[in-house]
Amino acid sequence: MILPLSAQLINLLASLMLLLAFAMLAQRRILSLIHLFALQGAVLTVNTVVVAQSTAQAHLLYSAGLTLILKVIVLPWILHRLIDRLNIRWDVETLINIPTIMLVGILLVILAFNLALPISQLAGTITRATIGIAMASVLLSMLMMITRRKAVPQVIGFLAMENGLFFAATSATYGMPMVVELGIALDVLVGTFIFGIFFFQIRETFDSLDIHHLEKLKEK
Amino acid sequence: MTRFLFSQLFQTLLVVLAAPLLLGWVNQCRAWLQNRSGPGWLQPYRVLRKLFLKDAVLAYNASVLFRITPYVVFGCMALAASIVPVLATDLPFSPAADVIALVGLFALARVFMALAAMDVGTAFGSMGARREMLIASLAEPALLMVVFTPSLISGSTALTTIVETLAHSRLAIYPSMAFAGVAFVMVMLAENARIPIDNPATHLELTMIHEAMILEYSARHLALMEWANAIKLTVYSAVGVALFLPWGIAQAGDWTMMPLAIVAFAAKMAAGGAGLAVLEAVSAKLRIFRAPEFLGMAFMLAVLGILTHFLLER
Repeated sequence: MILPLSAQLINLLASLMLLLAFAMLAQRRILSLIHLFALQGAVLTVNTVVVAQSTAQAHLLYSAGLTLILKVIVLPWILHRLIDRLNIRWDVETLINIPTIMLVGILLVILAFNLALPISQLAGTITRATIGIAMASVLLSMLMMITRRKAVPQVIGFLAMENGLFFAATSATYGMPMVVELGIALDVLVGTFIFGIFFFQIRETFDSLDIHHLEKLKEK
Repeated sequence: MTRFLFSQLFQTLLVVLAAPLLLGWVNQCRAWLQNRSGPGWLQPYRVLRKLFLKDAVLAYNASVLFRITPYVVFGCMALAASIVPVLATDLPFSPAADVIALVGLFALARVFMALAAMDVGTAFGSMGARREMLIASLAEPALLMVVFTPSLISGSTALTTIVETLAHSRLAIYPSMAFAGVAFVMVMLAENARIPIDNPATHLELTMIHEAMILEYSARHLALMEWANAIKLTVYSAVGVALFLPWGIAQAGDWTMMPLAIVAFAAKMAAGGAGLAVLEAVSAKLRIFRAPEFLGMAFMLAVLGILTHFLLER
């Protein structure tokens, strides 16, 4: 069975999303993490444009533009500024046991693919095969948030999760209503600002961005 | 029948004889990238001639195993060279051994090499053997997973069938093959003792893996080992080309396509060798304890390839 070219392209971009999710899971350097996040946003933009073109959904073009501005330009720029201000540009996180994390990641992918199978059969979109990949990238971003100890990579994991959700919405129902999308975009933007303020607060209190110190927050 | 035999013989001889050329080309590209003028493409041939003319020296306690290993390894690699379709897909040998048997052939050569390295009883030999087995135990499952993706697409594990299916079907984007391709490059680097895992040009025994295993060999034995290594690199490149860039290969019995196939194969090999040199120039050797991570990554990518095949391409 040969799919039309646009569907093949969408599948390829979806696989790229999955690959980037795994790359972020294994990446130790904060700077490369931000680059990967921006790249994921770019792939998402291209994917949305391809879906918009092949299904003649004009509103998806607006969401693609929103993704481009917010996730490829603004958010990475804010993160770059943040790590400059915090002076952690060259930080390397001590991730233990990457192969184990990878194996857990593969299990999550299998789980997501199985979960998505009935949904894909219900959906009638050209992108229905990629719902599983979208779910997998959400779960992988969650795994990334769980396995990180520093605050900045956790926030990047959170933002990547939002990327996955957006991707899921695009592939399952050709995107969310514009109001919802705008609301989420604003939420993410404000969230990043608030996280930025939190970083400084955490560091002022504990002299470190390692969130394990937060567990010891008790009155003496 | 004789035509088939001729085709088989021609391809095997081509791979065996041209293997040092690929090695020389990679070394030359590396030299250019490092701003050196380099020894020339034909240097591996000169080294082989020099080694064949020398007298062999053996350790006192070397057993028969140590002496036959170069011949076994060379035989394995020559056989591997006759299974992989490089120019045409009519190979009388290939129904006898599919891609899983090919992985097994490499494993056989590796077991003999590791045993021979431990045979003389020097510290470096057994250290190299142990490291090689560590790498191999991780690279082999990854390699099998890599070849399963094209096997699933074409419905066969025979290399000739895979190549025929992939080269002559309508052009389609297979995302799973992209995953498998990246994983294959990683496994290839590890299995051929190239830079992120092992440095083929090192003189430090403590960092050696493959070189440490053949430290005790000299003259014709060493020549066979080096040659076998060159053939292994060529066979791996040929498998990569056959699986991921199969266009330009001649169909069974189509002799008019043969010159074009030779040109295409040479071009693909030259590009692949240059790519390998670039990869080696931009990356640093990993610590040995990072190797499991590297190969775990390759395994994961290969599994992802299979999973995306089931999700997206059925």
